[in-house]
Amino acid sequence: MIAVSIILTGVLASASAALLGTFLVLRGSAMLSDAISHSIVFGIILVWLVTRQVSGPIPVLGAAFAGVLTVLLTQWLAQSQLVRMDAAIGLVFPALFAAGVLLISLYAREVHIHTDTILLGEIGFVWLNTISLAGWEIPVSIITLGLVLTANLLFVGFFWHPLKLATFDPALAAALGLFPSALYYALMTLTSITAVAAFDAVGAILFVAFVIVPPATAYLLTQRLWLIVCLAVGFSTAACISGYALAVYWNVSIAGMMASMTGVGFALALLFAPQQGLLAQMLRRKKARLEHDCRVMLAHLLTHQGTPQVDEENTQAALTQHLNWPQSHADAIIKRGIDHALIEKNGNLLRLKPAGEAAARELFARR
Amino acid sequence: MSFLQDLLSSQIVQLVVVGAALLGALSGILGSFAVLRQQSLLGDTLSHAALPGVCIGYLIAGERQLSLLLPAALVTGALAALTVMLITHRTRLKTDAALGIALSVFFAIGTVLLTLIQAQGNVSSAGLSSFLFGQAAAITKGDISVMVGTGALLLSVVILFWKEFKLVSFDPASAQALGLPVLALEGALTIIVAVAVVLGLQLVGVILMVALLIAPAAAARQWTQSLSSMVVLAGVIGAIAGAGGALVSATGRGLATGPVVVLIVTGVVVVSLLIAPKRGVLWQALARRQLTKKLPMVSLRYDAKRRKFPIRGVRRG
Repeated sequence: MIAVSIILTGVLASASAALLGTFLVLRGSAMLSDAISHSIVFGIILVWLVTRQVSGPIPVLGAAFAGVLTVLLTQWLAQSQLVRMDAAIGLVFPALFAAGVLLISLYAREVHIHTDTILLGEIGFVWLNTISLAGWEIPVSIITLGLVLTANLLFVGFFWHPLKLATFDPALAAALGLFPSALYYALMTLTSITAVAAFDAVGAILFVAFVIVPPATAYLLTQRLWLIVCLAVGFSTAACISGYALAVYWNVSIAGMMASMTGVGFALALLFAPQQGLLAQMLRRKKARLEHDCRVMLAHLLTHQGTPQVDEENTQAALTQHLNWPQSHADAIIKRGIDHALIEKNGNLLRLKPAGEAAARELFARR
Repeated sequence: MSFLQDLLSSQIVQLVVVGAALLGALSGILGSFAVLRQQSLLGDTLSHAALPGVCIGYLIAGERQLSLLLPAALVTGALAALTVMLITHRTRLKTDAALGIALSVFFAIGTVLLTLIQAQGNVSSAGLSSFLFGQAAAITKGDISVMVGTGALLLSVVILFWKEFKLVSFDPASAQALGLPVLALEGALTIIVAVAVVLGLQLVGVILMVALLIAPAAAARQWTQSLSSMVVLAGVIGAIAGAGGALVSATGRGLATGPVVVLIVTGVVVVSLLIAPKRGVLWQALARRQLTKKLPMVSLRYDAKRRKFPIRGVRRG
């Protein structure tokens, strides 16, 4: 039961994060989620100083306000053109975070706000704080995160097309009267609310992992927006379940392990993605090089065909010595030429077949 | 004044003030290049990525031994920077996504290792979480001499390759065209920032280190147009903020050094953004007002003559 509630909390938090994170990653404002997740500390302590409440709707709103304030200040700073966007982010959130940390250490030592908790989360304890609902003892975090997920789903579902347009072509969206900036701030507000709801479960920084890494992983695999969203939610769910299992096995931080598993997923996608993966890129480059050098060989053979030096030039030794190819590379290219019926080998001599000669003439004709 | 003298007579306070000033100067100078190259948030990623390194260093050494923790932190920081470069160069993901991925995943691994160490129940591991926010009071004379030595090394590298770094920061394309090893120079600038981050870990912690890199440079940028004076000014601002923050935090209980330094340096940035000559917000507003006052008089006087209806405020002549 405890395991189920912990995993469910993680899944709800990461799914809400991935849903919004898709648009943040595609827009190129992924680091704003990092800024927001730090600044909400400031909002939470401010609300506590005024109302003495740590949980409930008011702190959530206060913290979300701090998140939106971060975005507003950052935008304003960047628009003033005195500093660039990245520096603006890096100026605003450390200041708010530092103010939050100082306020906590000055006035809120006795309450249950630890900066460590805010940063690292205590997902292992979500089942301690439950309320009774229809005869079931349900952890509070699950209910809040469920509500947040519903809100995010409704927002993304309802504004799917405007969001899509605003993400890829804000100018066109503005021209069509779709208010991309209003949508942007709505997205940022929801991100802040999600960050607050998630922070006592997974912690502020690991929330960033859930926002950025699963959508980025999905983006390496596909270009279809709906598929990115679905894959991102799927990846984060898988990361939560596998992360929980490993964390219990090794007796380490659960939220940390879940976030690490999103990283493992990303690394796998980075290496093995069918189109974008590093391995696929390497194979593609290798094939392109082979094709290119095969054309070079055809051109070389055609140039020296019928000249007095043909016996010297149109041999494998000439390819390695004159073109500076390693022996194995020359072998591979000759093999490719023979396999594609472009050349034939006659003793030591390489001779163009009609298809190869046509291809070589085509090369020169194209100039 | 005697209060200040009392404060400064304490040896711990002296050490913290000197250390914070040194760190502020160093990170201000080195951060200038990061800000100009629009890589401010790389410092954020590097500092978060130092956490797993600190933990690994601890696991190897078995105790809190700085001479091993800091090189290990440097290694994981460099690894994170390499990851960012790999992702931005080889995939369609943007820089900010790459930074966020490296930051959050490395930090997550760090938290996992942190709990692994804490689960061993070793007493000497208690100081490790101080790397999150820094623990200025724990600074020793040895740390200061390490900072001085490394700082001198970094500064001499910056001075030696001044021209190259300048060109790479402002116009990497023409640096490439001139045959400079752009990738190596950019890598060197990244490593330099990583070293500064690692030096600052103990004092301000991984979370707030980014502010110390960006803020002095951003403030200095408002006052000057030349790189050399910007770098020097950023160093001075960083040193003053560091020393001031250390002094303020020494006066009150519960005032951690890192956050105070960050707030002071942010204050300097705000003031610079407002009042810096020519660039500052107030200055620009004033200039705009004068212009709008003057403009109709200049351009519309001629126009007003032939208009049917008078323009308000413009004399028909």
